[in-house]
Amino acid sequence: MKLITLKVDNQPVQVEAGTTILEAAKKVGVEIPTLCYMEKINAIGACRICVVEIKGTKVLQPACVTPVAPDMEVYTSTTAVRKARNLTLELILSNHPFECLTCIRNQNCELQSLAETFGIREVRFPGENPPYKADYSSPSVVREPEKCILCRRCAAVCDKVQTVNAIALQERGFNTTVAPAHHRPLAESVCINCGQCTLVCPTAALHENDEIERVWAALNDPKKHVIVQTAPATRVSLGEEFGMTSGSIVTGQMVSALKMLGFDKVFDTDFTADLTIIEEGNELLHRVKTGGTLPMVTSCSPGWIKFIEHFYPDLLPNLSTCKSPQQMFGALAKTYYAEKMGLDPADIFVVSYMPCTAKKYEARRPEMQSSGYPDIDVVLTTREVGRMLRQAGINFTALPARDYDDPLGISTGAGVIFGATGGVMEAALRTAYELVTGQELSSLDFNDVRGLQGVKEAAVEVGSLTVKVAVAHGLGNARSLMEAVKSGSADYHFIEIMCCPGGCIGGGGQPIPTNLEIRADRIKAIYMADELMVMRKSHLNPAVQQLYKEFLGEPLGHKSHELLHTHYQARDKFLIPAT
Amino acid sequence: MDSIGCQCIEESYSELEPFIAQYAGQQTALITVLHKIQETLGFVPYDLQVKVADTLGVPISEVYGVITFYAFFSLKPKGKYNVSVCKGTACYVRGAPKVLTALEKELGIKPGDTTDDGNFSLEVVYCLGACGLSPVMTVNKDVHARLKQERIPKILAQYGE
Ligand code: SF4
Ligand code: SF4
Ligand code: SF4
Ligand code: FES
Repeated sequence: MKLITLKVDNQPVQVEAGTTILEAAKKVGVEIPTLCYMEKINAIGACRICVVEIKGTKVLQPACVTPVAPDMEVYTSTTAVRKARNLTLELILSNHPFECLTCIRNQNCELQSLAETFGIREVRFPGENPPYKADYSSPSVVREPEKCILCRRCAAVCDKVQTVNAIALQERGFNTTVAPAHHRPLAESVCINCGQCTLVCPTAALHENDEIERVWAALNDPKKHVIVQTAPATRVSLGEEFGMTSGSIVTGQMVSALKMLGFDKVFDTDFTADLTIIEEGNELLHRVKTGGTLPMVTSCSPGWIKFIEHFYPDLLPNLSTCKSPQQMFGALAKTYYAEKMGLDPADIFVVSYMPCTAKKYEARRPEMQSSGYPDIDVVLTTREVGRMLRQAGINFTALPARDYDDPLGISTGAGVIFGATGGVMEAALRTAYELVTGQELSSLDFNDVRGLQGVKEAAVEVGSLTVKVAVAHGLGNARSLMEAVKSGSADYHFIEIMCCPGGCIGGGGQPIPTNLEIRADRIKAIYMADELMVMRKSHLNPAVQQLYKEFLGEPLGHKSHELLHTHYQARDKFLIPAT
Repeated sequence: MDSIGCQCIEESYSELEPFIAQYAGQQTALITVLHKIQETLGFVPYDLQVKVADTLGVPISEVYGVITFYAFFSLKPKGKYNVSVCKGTACYVRGAPKVLTALEKELGIKPGDTTDDGNFSLEVVYCLGACGLSPVMTVNKDVHARLKQERIPKILAQYGE
């Protein structure tokens, strides 16, 4: 690699050829502000907040897209630069609603903090706001186009990472906006509710559908028995809402905090993750033995489910019929648990704490009511739970650790790793190997399926069969895997797909920011949490065994079929046709 | 371009469909294909937007984005009567914005749109070369000069049925 020497603010620095000025400046300790830029995903030089002066050039250059050159002299804070940045900010603010105090991104907004940093005290050119109303049609994601600064980060993620393209730049001039085709409501587009756009939006123009008031109301209703389940990925991210470093494992504090909020029981989705392994594992063995549709593909990620329904309806028979762990939990809470506790399921209110916006949509699918009631009443994301705990004045970081309640709170390390890409596959392999061979695994770690590589493959000897598996996370990667399946060039038995990059630890409901480094930290924490567990294999979970004995009978049995399995529907690839 | 009858649409479709088909999988041909549809039909109908998206492998959000970005494309056919209001400098200072507002109110549409009955479409142009008569608008080939907003309903009524 060719090295280039240059000076940034008079400090010499050496970087590889092709490096941007933005990166070079970081090396000397200067953070140049950015808005539209996202490494590898959105380098379009559109907002110009990152401009710098380069000796010998007349025009200021955007640092995010300008590569370094030998002997370049860059100045990042000259009067000209500061004036240009202030002007850019003022122009953005000229048609931005001044609603910070009532805004969902108050105190976590990139535009707000830039205005603060640059000391904008007045807006000299007040203008009209963008002419579009808020869109509350989606159960997962709210659009407030008035707050859009047209950085296009959302559209870039939806296109390049997820390949969904639900939203794109529409119209021109003052009417420019980011929206679904024909300005249709998000709920009538191909949006798969992943919320990845809400993670990258610098403002509140795209955000989660906040439902905490419904949970407060239930908690304050003496007639309701209010229980909560926590998804695997939440225990490695909630700490960030309280300023803890990324990758902090906060399982015990999280349980304490939820109990303090007033939940009658705090349970763990990891329990139904273990159950999923038993049901899905048996389904796979059944398909292999009877010549059923292979490869079988996992079904726990609701963003992925809607994606395959829109874009690969021909492959729906490949999906496992298992409901997601969230939905299995709800169905059991209102049947098995209700019976056990002598409660009327009508009085049980199930809250689901997920890292995910798509789970909000999943909970509302009409088929998710097999108990006779909605399996899940409200889904909260990490950002919403953070908000609730702050409203309750709970000093999260100082809390003592507490344990989950019985019996839906008993789980194994195999359940925890569902939170990271490759985790479902690894959990399934641990169980399949031991159940089929009757032998104990010498090492529980299947390293081939771990980590942030887009598509991972492994071949594992399970008795006389070499089981071929593949894992993908992020829908762009899922798409390439599905193309291979479609063309017949993939001979896998089992495929795990997670909609979000990194798996659920990188879900669209996680703390902002969620970026590559933070994802990696959370993944590390997930595997650490697994190692800290006494039990690490789903089939050894005693509460799951008891559930089969007392209630379900056998895997894939009649009751399982009724409560734990589901079906899918083909959807239009373009727009939901106008009515 | 004038409005077109149904028969003509059918013929155009039989010409357009093979044209679109030859660009199967070619995402970069989007503008070329949309251009041809616009020239043939005078607008890009929804079913052809979907067809183009499907054939070329381009998301519908992008197809719509391109159509709404370039002034050349329109989403609806021009009305039987196409109203062009001049917003050039002379007309502007002599009251074109008020005329336009009156037209929008009377027709219930914004520039670039067509009334649901297909009778009127509205567009803004910059200078019709009749600055002496400003503010000015045309309805198909008729020129209406020295407009006042109060006169708009009466003028439109002439083109009624
Ligand atoms: S998006 Fe940011 S700048 Fe805009 S109103 Fe909300 S907090 Fe304020
Ligand atoms: S939620 Fe996901 S699919 Fe929907 S617009 Fe955002 S990024 Fe695209
Ligand atoms: S919605 Fe948010 S991410 Fe998308 S362009 Fe607007 S400000 Fe940027
Ligand atoms: S961050 Fe560089 S142009 Fe927007």
